[in-house]
Amino acid sequence: MSRAKKNNVLPGFGLTCGYTLTYLGLVVLIPLATLFLRTASLTWEQFWTTVTGDRALFAYKLTIGASMIAALVNAVFGLLTAWVLVRYRFPGRGILDALVDLPFALPTAVAGISLCALYAPGGWVGALLQRFGVQAAYAPLGIVIAMVFVSLPFVVRTVQPVLADLDQEVEEAAASLGARRWQTLRRVVFPAVLPSLLTGLALAFGRSLGEFGSIVFISGNMPGRTEIASLLILTRLEEFDYAGATAIAVVMLGLSFAMIFVINVLQAWSRRGAD
Amino acid sequence: MRWGLTGAAVAFLGLMLILPLVVVFATAFSKGWSGFSAGLADSDSFAAVKLTLIAAVISVPLNIIFGLAAAWAIAKFEFRGKSLLITVIDLPFSVSPIIAGMLFVLLFGAQGWLGDWLAARNMRIIFAVPGIVLATVFVTVPFVARELIPLMQAQGREEEEAALSLGAGGWQAFFRVTIPNIKWALVYGVILCNARALGEFGAVSVVSGHIQGVTNTMPLQIEVLYNEYKFVPAFAMASLLVLMALLTLVLKHWIEWRSARSLAQIGSGPDRAIAPPR
Amino acid sequence: MSIEIQRVTKVFGGFKALDGINLTVPSGELVALLGPSGSGKTTLLRVIAGLESADEGAVLFDGEDATQRHVRERGVGFVFQHYALFKHMTVFENVAFGLRVRPRRLRPRKAEIADRVTRLLKLVQLEHLGNRRPAQLSGGQRQRVALARALAVEPKVLLLDEPFGALDARVRQELRTWLRRLHDEIHVTSVFVTHDQEEALEVADRVVVMNAGRIEQLGTPEDVFHRPANEFVMHFLGNVNVFHGRVEGGKAMFGDLYVEHPVAAGRPGAAGDEPKDAKVFIRPHEWDISAHRNGRPAMEAVVTHVNAAGPVVKLWLLSESGEPVHAELPLDHYRALELRSGQRVFLSPRQVKVFFD
Repeated sequence: MSRAKKNNVLPGFGLTCGYTLTYLGLVVLIPLATLFLRTASLTWEQFWTTVTGDRALFAYKLTIGASMIAALVNAVFGLLTAWVLVRYRFPGRGILDALVDLPFALPTAVAGISLCALYAPGGWVGALLQRFGVQAAYAPLGIVIAMVFVSLPFVVRTVQPVLADLDQEVEEAAASLGARRWQTLRRVVFPAVLPSLLTGLALAFGRSLGEFGSIVFISGNMPGRTEIASLLILTRLEEFDYAGATAIAVVMLGLSFAMIFVINVLQAWSRRGAD
Repeated sequence: MRWGLTGAAVAFLGLMLILPLVVVFATAFSKGWSGFSAGLADSDSFAAVKLTLIAAVISVPLNIIFGLAAAWAIAKFEFRGKSLLITVIDLPFSVSPIIAGMLFVLLFGAQGWLGDWLAARNMRIIFAVPGIVLATVFVTVPFVARELIPLMQAQGREEEEAALSLGAGGWQAFFRVTIPNIKWALVYGVILCNARALGEFGAVSVVSGHIQGVTNTMPLQIEVLYNEYKFVPAFAMASLLVLMALLTLVLKHWIEWRSARSLAQIGSGPDRAIAPPR
Repeated sequence: MSIEIQRVTKVFGGFKALDGINLTVPSGELVALLGPSGSGKTTLLRVIAGLESADEGAVLFDGEDATQRHVRERGVGFVFQHYALFKHMTVFENVAFGLRVRPRRLRPRKAEIADRVTRLLKLVQLEHLGNRRPAQLSGGQRQRVALARALAVEPKVLLLDEPFGALDARVRQELRTWLRRLHDEIHVTSVFVTHDQEEALEVADRVVVMNAGRIEQLGTPEDVFHRPANEFVMHFLGNVNVFHGRVEGGKAMFGDLYVEHPVAAGRPGAAGDEPKDAKVFIRPHEWDISAHRNGRPAMEAVVTHVNAAGPVVKLWLLSESGEPVHAELPLDHYRALELRSGQRVFLSPRQVKVFFD
């Protein structure tokens, strides 16, 4: 790090870098290290039985499955939304564009109670669904709905700038070479947005994995039916079963870190495509 | 085709984003203005608002200073391990809020590493205000830094070098040149950080202990009210947070609009011929 | 103030940006650092300014060692390639910045600052634009604000990094003339970096030609153009025809042509010595062109293409031996010769430069 200083006349490297590392160490790294040290106090067998218990296995499956469905829903509708917002002009477009960020700004608990009120059997949408024999709240479907809500902005916001930058001339060139509209979309537009679409998909999936606040109200939290991993961790903690909570948390954290890696790779890919 | 797609997108956003907002206000005002204000007039609710503000007032400035320091080190200097550092700064975004809260229980809780030490000194962090502040700080660490780092990297260090070559000191360069150049990104990061600080639920829920009037923040108080089937007060308080969220969005888009406009100005000046000096 | 650079070396990673540079800039001179990108010219300028510290060697101002002095204390005015104007300040505030950040006891009074800034804005002919923001100015205007800002602190040395690099051709030409006149007016020791040989030759008192972290030649514009020290300088300062030939007995031979090339005894290729392979360089404007042999040694060639748009006519030819040749001649000569494409002509060099392989 001394080299950084030598090649640069700007002051403050030692101060800011030192402060950054100390702060991150105290607030982020030491607490995270505690989690892994706690796990290390379990024997391998204890750890394995905890993380592969029936209830835990079901919670992972539900969390991962619902997150995947939510991410796919957002991939489809996010791409559609991004396309419409970039390519078409219609009254209210500006407001809709701004509203896409709502899930970033709205507290998850508020989203949770509001979605629950909407999709509960007596709610505005819930009553409608019930007529078709579909139960949303207090069922896995509710979990998916909450996840779609919280991860909605990711696909839109990663695809939107790419679509906006996409040179219309390229499409015109494709058309001038005899491509039909659908061929142009499939062979020219789609490959260009694919890296960002996958990045958005991965971000949405990662966000849904850890979501808690908006789900806890709508899911009903029935073990073996609608209990997600985050909730199981909380339950274990409230039972003062720290070992159990820690083991499951380590599994979920490992999954999150794997997603960071995947997202970094995808982002490197989309940057390469952009150059 | 065009109207079909637009219709589908509008329907999706309407169902997923607008309808939930409408429900909040519809329920909050379902018993009229008096029901709404009565829902907020309770002393526990007042305490919740106060605690939420305290958590934000402490965590937001801490993360502003952190964000400025981290962005200065990362954007203005070259050193090894920089991209790893950026990843670590973003880590709290990837940690599930429940796990985030749990980290502090493992450190400071009754059975935590420092539990006995704290108990011997009669200090409480978990199930008390410090724990709530800590959890809030953790989940809001990246907001300011991640707005500033890419911007300051793109700006480079020429302007600061120019300031120094003109005789300015380090702090003068920072306050007179750097800060004005990043002020909108800073404001942007701060409002997002603030929105999260006010609205954090999962992490705070783990460390709070849900003591009404003492360790309940607004989102936790909403949960309590909702679970007690006090829908009007729950949604009344939720509507305050919705207003905060909408204000955040308005500010965010105003800032984006501003910076887009100032970008459009650059390079628009005509190159006019000049005469040699007399 | 004079600048003296002693054995300055600077390494980035494994790359030697400056390799033992020695250079003296006398007080009041306007010097150009000329070289291709990566030659180390900008690094040298930044080392002089104190924006970059040398790994080895020393920088002296008026004989005083300034190597350890911070950029803040060196009293240099630095004009950045992309101007580095403070975007959020007006033109006036930009120029006043260096005065306003001075410690209170050294800071001029408000009225004095205003007065000095106004004078500087007048000097750079922007007195009417004091309230504009940099974004509202043209490139040439921004460049002049940057210059006024650097001059405001009354620097002993003015350093300019590619001062005209980001401007379009016409504005560039005007600013060049203007900078030269400005320097004649204020006479501050100035160093500017450029990759444009025309710019360096036109503006500077002396030119430092750099390549790969070293100085290839130092001299007046006339020196470096007419008496290049080596092949690199020859190539870098404009178009040139290169022929592979040899020097033998005081003559340089290439193609079917030879010219007198007296070599002092004892130097390679001197009379009576072994023939020595060499490269022969002839600038396009150094050819005499005639339609018939006139007794002088000449190279036979066919005109392949003519561009007569301008006061100097450019000719592309193909020599008897199949080598492409580039020549330039004044328009009236061209008209007198009545040259056309496909015509056979005879080329005699007026002047050649020979460098041994």
